[in-house]
Amino acid sequence: MGRGLVIAVPYVWLLLFFLIPFAIVLKISFSEAAIAIPPYTALVDWAEETYLTIRLNFGSYLFLLTDSLYAVAYLNSLKIAFVSTVLCLLLGYPMAYGIAKAPQAWRGPLLMLIILPFWTSFLIRVYAWIGILKQEGLLNNFLLWLGVIDAPLQILYTDTSIYIGIVYSYLPFMILPLYATLEKLDDTLLEAAADLGAKPFTAFLSVTLPLSVPGIVAGSLLVFIPAVGEFVIPSLLGGPNTLMIGAVLWNEFFANRDWPVASAVAIALLLFLVVPIMLFQYYQGKQQEAARQ
Amino acid sequence: MRRSSFVLTMMAFGYAFLYVPIILLIIYSFNESRLVTVWGGWSTKWYAGLLNNQQMLAAAWLSLRIAALSATFSVVLGTLAGMAMARFGRFRGRTLFGGMITAPLVMPEVITGLSLLLLFVSLEQFIGWPEGRGMTTITIAHITFTMAFVAVIVQSRLISLDESIEEAAMDLGARPAKIFFVITLPIISPAIVSGWLLAFTLSLDDLVIASFVSGPASTTLPMVIFSSVRLGVTPEINALATIIVALVTTGIIVAGVFMARQERIRKLDEQMAASSSA
Repeated sequence: MGRGLVIAVPYVWLLLFFLIPFAIVLKISFSEAAIAIPPYTALVDWAEETYLTIRLNFGSYLFLLTDSLYAVAYLNSLKIAFVSTVLCLLLGYPMAYGIAKAPQAWRGPLLMLIILPFWTSFLIRVYAWIGILKQEGLLNNFLLWLGVIDAPLQILYTDTSIYIGIVYSYLPFMILPLYATLEKLDDTLLEAAADLGAKPFTAFLSVTLPLSVPGIVAGSLLVFIPAVGEFVIPSLLGGPNTLMIGAVLWNEFFANRDWPVASAVAIALLLFLVVPIMLFQYYQGKQQEAARQ
Repeated sequence: MRRSSFVLTMMAFGYAFLYVPIILLIIYSFNESRLVTVWGGWSTKWYAGLLNNQQMLAAAWLSLRIAALSATFSVVLGTLAGMAMARFGRFRGRTLFGGMITAPLVMPEVITGLSLLLLFVSLEQFIGWPEGRGMTTITIAHITFTMAFVAVIVQSRLISLDESIEEAAMDLGARPAKIFFVITLPIISPAIVSGWLLAFTLSLDDLVIASFVSGPASTTLPMVIFSSVRLGVTPEINALATIIVALVTTGIIVAGVFMARQERIRKLDEQMAASSSA
């Protein structure tokens, strides 16, 4: 009896507040916008109390296809998320590797330093970059002082500043799973490779790198999936020309108050993310099983 | 050797990248000048300004209450979920359950926020609850997305845990509830503490989901910060950031010392138990 209750309480909560909401989003994406409260028409009608009529309105989806704005925003989001993920990996892998290879006593503090920024406000940390990146900001002043550039660069309000913002905010999500796999790595394998005459770099490529693939995949998906729908970073650091789908959904909902189109944008975004999310769950399960052994 | 100097360079760059913006914020929070880039001498006037900003104080108080409530509920639900996943093996609907626990970890916030708002609107239409949106709806939303983090932390702690102590207690005739409260709970308490802290921080920090499910009378701290950043930079934000950094750093150091001591005591207990049984 106790066992059933342990499962049932969180199960019911998640069904009610996680799964059913998606069904409602799906439902509303098929209804029509209306000037009413709430601003959409009913999907199911009991006509004359005997006929059940269901009207599916694909208008919102057709609208997504006809207006190129949405396609541009989806593709742009995927591009920005992909580039940011690669940059996170390029910076995060050596860092995770360095922490995993550091003396035992150092690992805890080094890891703590990765997590610490994560405990302070994300919004304020993104805001800090405005002061650094803007035209008369600290980075431009520094580069001018060094003599690397002659005139201030426009960095803020471009894609570059979005990349900086995303890599900065999501780097811990890349490093932690990478560290978890690299730390468990058996050093004797590398010794064996060295005995067989492999140079350190060859040993890294043929032993360490393949064995850390689960960490690479988990970290990349932890960065990529939320970055696709990111709203705060592009709206603070991005320019008027950078269109990301998270901001489009936000505007559709808050500015245009078109709930059916906002729902259709959300459903389309979820469809883009189904495969990455399932991959994430697969690798998450694998990591848990590996931990069990 | 070349690779190791490459790794060291990347680590130095990475840590600098993470910390330089925060350090600059702290330095400039003491800047007399309103301009972020012009140094006008040391001053604490932005801290004084912060104390007089009623809107920000009210929002901070609301955010703190929501964070404390949702962290507490999410620890209870997340611990149950982590127990179910780590200890119960196969049960009906486990795949769906596992999926629903891990999906919120990666789900884009705009989708979670929109879907929860539409749920609350539909619920209000059909059963008249919740009436309008505010602290209750924000808290429910935060419980839902933070319990995933708690569940993962508790689950991994339980997996790495030796089950034989629990089995021994069972052999001695202890009931499952007693085993949980006397044995399992104390051992996983570090995981529960860090889960609570994580849920608290995530809730305190959330802008997107709270914006969707809040009503006109409920403005959280991130919403105030976001709108003031968009309207124009105010150095008061630097002061606020510095206070948050100071509080968090102190909290983490205290928690770290406390947990290290707990761990030492636990290890000592286990050693004594092992030597007395031998």
